[in-house]
Amino acid sequence: MRVITSDVLVIGAGLAGERTAIACAKEGLDVMILSLVPPRRSHSSAAQGGMQAALANSVMGEGDNPTVHWLDTVKGSDWGCDQEVARIFADNAPIAMREMAHFGVPWNRVKGGEQQVFIKGKKATITEDSVNEGLITARAFGGTAKWRTCYTADGTGHTVLYTMDNMVLQMGIPVHDRMEAIRLIHRDGRCIGAIVRSLRDGEILAYVAKATVIATGGYGRIYGESTNAIINEGTGSWLALQTGIVPLGNMEAVQVHPTGIVPTDILVTEGCRGDGGLLLDVDEYRFMPDYEPEKMELASRDVVSRRMKEHMLKGKGVKSDYGEHLWLDLRHLGEQHLKTKLREVYDICMYFIGVNPITELVPVRPTQHYSMGGIRVNKDGHAYNLEGLFALGEVACWDMHGFNRLGGNSLAETVVAGMVIGKEVAKYALQTDLSIELGLAEEAAQMERRKMDSLLNGDGTENVYEVRDEIGRILTKYVHIFRTGEGLQTAVDELKKQIERAKNVKVRTTAPGMNPELSTALRIEGMAKQAYTIAKGALDRTESRGAHYREDYPARDDSNWLNRTLVRWPDPDGEPVYEYEPVGLLDLPPGDRGYGGGQMIDMTKTVDEYNEQVDPGQTAKGRLSPSEATGARLPKEAWRAELEGKE
Amino acid sequence: MGRTLTFKIFRYNPTKDNDQPHIEAYRLEEIPRLNVFSALNMIREQQAPDLMYDFVCRAGICGSCAMMINGRPTLACRTLTSDLPDTIELFPLPFFKLLGDLSVDTGVWFREMGERLESWIHTQKQFDPEAQEERMDNATANKIYESERCIECGCCIAGCATAQVYPDFLGAAGLNRIGRFLFDPRDERGDQEWFELVSTDEGVFGCLGMMACDDVCPKDLPLLEVFAYIRRKVSGMALAK
Ligand SMILES: Cc1cc2nc3c(=O)[nH]c(=O)nc-3n(C[C@H](O)[C@H](O)[C@H](O)COP(=O)(O)OP(=O)(O)OC[C@H]3O[C@@H](n4cnc5c(N)ncnc54)[C@H](O)[C@@H]3O)c2cc1C
Ligand code: SF4
Ligand code: SF4
Ligand code: FES
Repeated sequence: MRVITSDVLVIGAGLAGERTAIACAKEGLDVMILSLVPPRRSHSSAAQGGMQAALANSVMGEGDNPTVHWLDTVKGSDWGCDQEVARIFADNAPIAMREMAHFGVPWNRVKGGEQQVFIKGKKATITEDSVNEGLITARAFGGTAKWRTCYTADGTGHTVLYTMDNMVLQMGIPVHDRMEAIRLIHRDGRCIGAIVRSLRDGEILAYVAKATVIATGGYGRIYGESTNAIINEGTGSWLALQTGIVPLGNMEAVQVHPTGIVPTDILVTEGCRGDGGLLLDVDEYRFMPDYEPEKMELASRDVVSRRMKEHMLKGKGVKSDYGEHLWLDLRHLGEQHLKTKLREVYDICMYFIGVNPITELVPVRPTQHYSMGGIRVNKDGHAYNLEGLFALGEVACWDMHGFNRLGGNSLAETVVAGMVIGKEVAKYALQTDLSIELGLAEEAAQMERRKMDSLLNGDGTENVYEVRDEIGRILTKYVHIFRTGEGLQTAVDELKKQIERAKNVKVRTTAPGMNPELSTALRIEGMAKQAYTIAKGALDRTESRGAHYREDYPARDDSNWLNRTLVRWPDPDGEPVYEYEPVGLLDLPPGDRGYGGGQMIDMTKTVDEYNEQVDPGQTAKGRLSPSEATGARLPKEAWRAELEGKE
Repeated sequence: MGRTLTFKIFRYNPTKDNDQPHIEAYRLEEIPRLNVFSALNMIREQQAPDLMYDFVCRAGICGSCAMMINGRPTLACRTLTSDLPDTIELFPLPFFKLLGDLSVDTGVWFREMGERLESWIHTQKQFDPEAQEERMDNATANKIYESERCIECGCCIAGCATAQVYPDFLGAAGLNRIGRFLFDPRDERGDQEWFELVSTDEGVFGCLGMMACDDVCPKDLPLLEVFAYIRRKVSGMALAK
């Protein structure tokens, strides 16, 4: 077996992975990046709308600052996030955007003078201060107090990823693409790399490093119907779950985006509504103001998706061959706007569903979009229970999103986390020796070879694609916008069967090389088990918070559930183990989000009592001690001046 | 009644002993709004489990899925079968290294192209985290973005006569990338450096200007305009010499 060594191994060449690699290479470390696909094809490139950062250059961002951004993020998370991590994020986001400008992103800029825009669905004129002419501008997104989302038309992920990859080229960081990490190499609580399968020729290799970073993105494709790229099959989070010791956090927190197009589930960005797009029902009636008089179409995603579904359940959906949907109306934005600032959206509608958004309504419905949960890490990005393993980006539960992430906060997270966590990874690698334990690597590789052998030559009978489709069907049916105890129990029972079926898969082709069917078969156990952790986590959480909405427990319950779910899978043939930990220090006490209209059960502890148990509570669950004390980056009650200043 | 489609697909697995390039035919009942992405998945899942091809975004954004569809290089994910005849021929893109069946190695080619052109902002300035960003006119930002929209799909290279003859030719995508940095005021490269990069047979002088590339580019990049700009720039540089 070939063994390839480096100081830092980064699994994933999306924005999170590449920014980390750059941070480490800047420290003089030898970095290796792996990716399933050429870096620029990573899912980050598909992000359209933009990235949030409180630059406050546009007149519509006046008065914005990191504290306001932080407030929006904490409320958006339904108080499920780690408030300190959200703070680290909000404070660094403006720096990250400026740095990306320095690297070469052609951000859209402020144009001085009068501009025609749409605000809350109505035409309006704003006057941009010419003093800010040429600075990075912003558009509106859901759940935000200000226009804060920086963008390049509707190709933001594309330009930012291309720019980031240009930096990778400039620094000469190698990327081995068409490579899939399939198992971590670890012993006694220390990770030393990964076993990797080449998707070019099927070769099995070991990549050994001082520090291993997982930046593999989301797992949306486990749902089948998803806005995600088809490579987002949860292979990275599976690497962690498979260890049996590293927990995944909040797997039940799954975001459903209001506007996937029907059919095909391709996303049209929230920027559509940010720029003035409206949601209409079967009577072409604009229904959102009835439900959300304040934020209307621009409440947070969990709320808008829920309201849409609610409205459809009232019989107001549009029936079609592809199921029920609603309409997104962009016509009033006009040809000029749709062909420039929303050009990808225009192309997608024209090419994929033959709808011209300049003159026609776009069929949309809520579609699985983002995973708030993932590999649980401390604020340095270091995984629980496994030294030398780091995770960031969508695959991680760093946890600035809690139970609902705001649009524009994820792409921004990847870059900010890459800056912040990248430094910690570098620090760790600089003070660690390379441990090349060939025997250990060989053992790990052997386990994968045995698995392949049984898939190819065993006496299984199941077709991998049928199992995959069934898992997606179950999740989409029972673990979606509205959840009930009964439905979730069915999902758990059915998914248990899929785990058994997954063990009994037979690959029909023994073709050498990448063997696409074998590739899928190698992933199926991880997909089935992660699906199970999502459903079981949702069943056990008897409250509603953010995207996790239980019809039978409609209230957010801060007395019992102001916590984070952690799940590990120590015995591969047994049941997963669930535990709960405090969400993190509370600075902004739990309160009303200002939209969504949910009920609340107040916490019984005081905030101080809650905060006292954060450090011991998290440490008991395997959190490695971060480089600085808990709370060091959380300025106490900075929000007070903000909220009170307004009154 | 729906149509029965016949897909004639180029098959070759270089990792398989004694495999020879050949064509295989697969039949499929057409369903409404079927695109080549879904059709290939159906073929793989039901008939040819070893069939190799590349899709990532399935939304016309990532550039993974370019192939020759009835002789024309284009993105398979956004090609609807309803726009095609009953018989659909699928071949891998020419020019790029074949990995198997319809899968080619565009990634490595584009990385090498980027390295050759030093596809990054050349600047002496250091990033100052405390400072406000440097200003840029929004029109300039939009102009850069127009070229930055290239998704590295390789269609333009596959459709280019020069590229088939000169393997080192930068192709439309490469020339467009030069344009992207030429437009960018942040890039401090001087005329001399640009001149050396573009005024060769691998650069603008190799281009025959018949604009097959412009015709096939799925993102409708303004290649014509960009080439004209580079040519003007180069002749200006040559005159200045
Ligand atoms: C359609 C769409 C639009 C979006 N728009 C926005 C937006 O406007 N604003 C916003 O904030 N967020 C947006 N998001 C969310 C955001 O794009 C993602 O959360 C973010 O890009 C994730 O980045 P990442 O670096 O974590 O992962 P990715 O970009 O998904 O990269 C993952 C990388 O890991 C590699 N990889 C995966 N598994 C393995 C393995 N086993 N071995 C080796 N390599 C592996 C992949 O090849 C890839 O390189 C959008 C998401 C979608 C689906
Ligand atoms: S104009 Fe012709 S020769 Fe020049 S890049 Fe385009 S296709 Fe190739
Ligand atoms: S210029 Fe157009 S055809 Fe060529 S690689 Fe870029 S997007 Fe594809
Ligand atoms: S799969 Fe991304 S462009 Fe076709």
